Amino acid sequence: MNGDATPDEAAIHLADVSKVFGKIGTDAAFRAVDGLNLDVRPGQMLALLGKTGCGKSTIFNMIAGLTAPSSGSVRVDGRDPFAEFDSFRGKMAIVFQNDRLLPWRTAIQNVELGLEMLEIPAAERRATAQQWLTKLGLGGHENDYPHALSGGMRQRVSIARAFATNANILLCDEPFSALDESTAGRLRAEFVRLVKENGKTAVFITHSISEALEIGDRIVVLKRPAMIAYDVRFDTSTGPEEREDIRSRIVEVLAV
Amino acid sequence: MSETAPQTGSPPPENMLSAAAKRLWEWVLPFAVVIALWQFASLFFPRFLFPSLIDVFWRCLEIFADGSMFKDVMVTIYRILAGLAGSFVIGAALALLMVRSRAVDKFLSPILTLFQGIPALSWVVFAIIWFHGVEFRILFIMVLTTLPAFTFQVLGALRGMSRDLMEMVFSFRPSRAKLFRVMIAPAILPDILTAWKVNLGNASRVVVVAELVGATGGVGYQLLLQQQLFDMAGALAWTLQLVFFVLIVQGSLTLIENVAFRYRAVSERAI
Ligand SMILES: Nc1ncnc2c1ncn2[C@@H]1O[C@H](COP(=O)(O)OP(=O)(O)O)[C@@H](O)[C@H]1O
Ligand SMILES: [Mg+2]
Repeated sequence: MNGDATPDEAAIHLADVSKVFGKIGTDAAFRAVDGLNLDVRPGQMLALLGKTGCGKSTIFNMIAGLTAPSSGSVRVDGRDPFAEFDSFRGKMAIVFQNDRLLPWRTAIQNVELGLEMLEIPAAERRATAQQWLTKLGLGGHENDYPHALSGGMRQRVSIARAFATNANILLCDEPFSALDESTAGRLRAEFVRLVKENGKTAVFITHSISEALEIGDRIVVLKRPAMIAYDVRFDTSTGPEEREDIRSRIVEVLAV
Repeated sequence: MSETAPQTGSPPPENMLSAAAKRLWEWVLPFAVVIALWQFASLFFPRFLFPSLIDVFWRCLEIFADGSMFKDVMVTIYRILAGLAGSFVIGAALALLMVRSRAVDKFLSPILTLFQGIPALSWVVFAIIWFHGVEFRILFIMVLTTLPAFTFQVLGALRGMSRDLMEMVFSFRPSRAKLFRVMIAPAILPDILTAWKVNLGNASRVVVVAELVGATGGVGYQLLLQQQLFDMAGALAWTLQLVFFVLIVQGSLTLIENVAFRYRAVSERAI
């Protein structure tokens, strides 16, 4: 039931993945993810939807290679993101919930960060960073330090930082949830446009149903401990009534 | 309670001038009070107890002007800096090992804490018994007396780094060298500078004790001479050399901080 891609062609492939925090078998053990199967094909924009605490960030960290699963296998482009951590340099970019800008770097220096890891020459780095800052409407703020920018502007910088590396896979962990609704809405639209324009595969984590409907080609609803409760695909041709159906179905699933 | 002008915007020049004058006055006042009290005492007490500061001033000038005496000052400064550099390098290395491994931390922490309790004078005795060369003895004492503080300070700085920022940098898959340059070094630099300031003060107090291991030069040696001659003005003049040194270096470190940490948000309201 989990997909339209075989493991080999999937950009992201999770097979029977579980994550337990604490020592397994003891009372302290906490099962955050339980036997999760999920495939994301290249170019797909997947919204992972679930209530707070259902294990979304844990899944995210496993795909990003920041944590290892307790059992099961995680593959990104056919490789293990935790074991082969360094091999994903420049292949994966992340937008976190909070902007996570380095406070000692200006906006443009923050955008250059990923490019530095790729050993790109300084002049080229600068130009690319400048281009992305301009695209995200931050022209004129290149040399501002993060503390002098608003929350929305800071999150724009962090989006520019993720896109600048030109990685094929984008992972976003509730990137707009800390912003006010109108700023979030504008950034969301821009984000979707940029992902489509650049043909990225994206996993977008959210706890908001409307956001999931705006973002995804596909929505996967998670229930605790992270297991798939509902998996739906749609596209631009999906009409408003159909979307309403999907929305009420999600509400139903989440309520159980 | 202080009414410094807000950091943003450019106040009119006369305002800036009076602000600068005020800051200068605030800086000078405590010193002026101490000097005045001393000078007042010198009117009533014999010279060998409270010499006039004018005498002390001339003695200071003499030390500056006389090549061989100024060399004593430089030798002591060199010993302070060499000791601090040594203990910083060793301390930073130990701190790195301690953050990376709990076992190392559990093993080293008690030892360093134990070292913190050993008086500088005891190290002097050990150094005299264990080693021969005067310079090596001094370096040994300087390093061991400042090592625990340096290690704990660097350790605290490393532990205090933001986990969120660290993960963000990790997500770009940095090499070890890049991780250090991009994240670790800038994150711990403020604490490192503070540690240097604190340890500089400690080291300049320990160095004169360390020079009791048989040094035939340096401020500690000169102080010992002044004691034998019962020369209070001389003792003060030599002491002031170290005080000046500490003030100058700390001032420079503060300047570096003001430039290097411009990125920090300044709140107009103090704690
Ligand atoms: N490092 C950890 N140690 C122990 N428990 C954790 C850890 N990280 C997350 N958890 C637990 O796992 C569950 C899922 O967390 P998380 O993945 O952050 O949820 P979400 O992102 O969906 O809000 C939570 O109940 C949380 O308390
Ligand atoms: Mg989360």
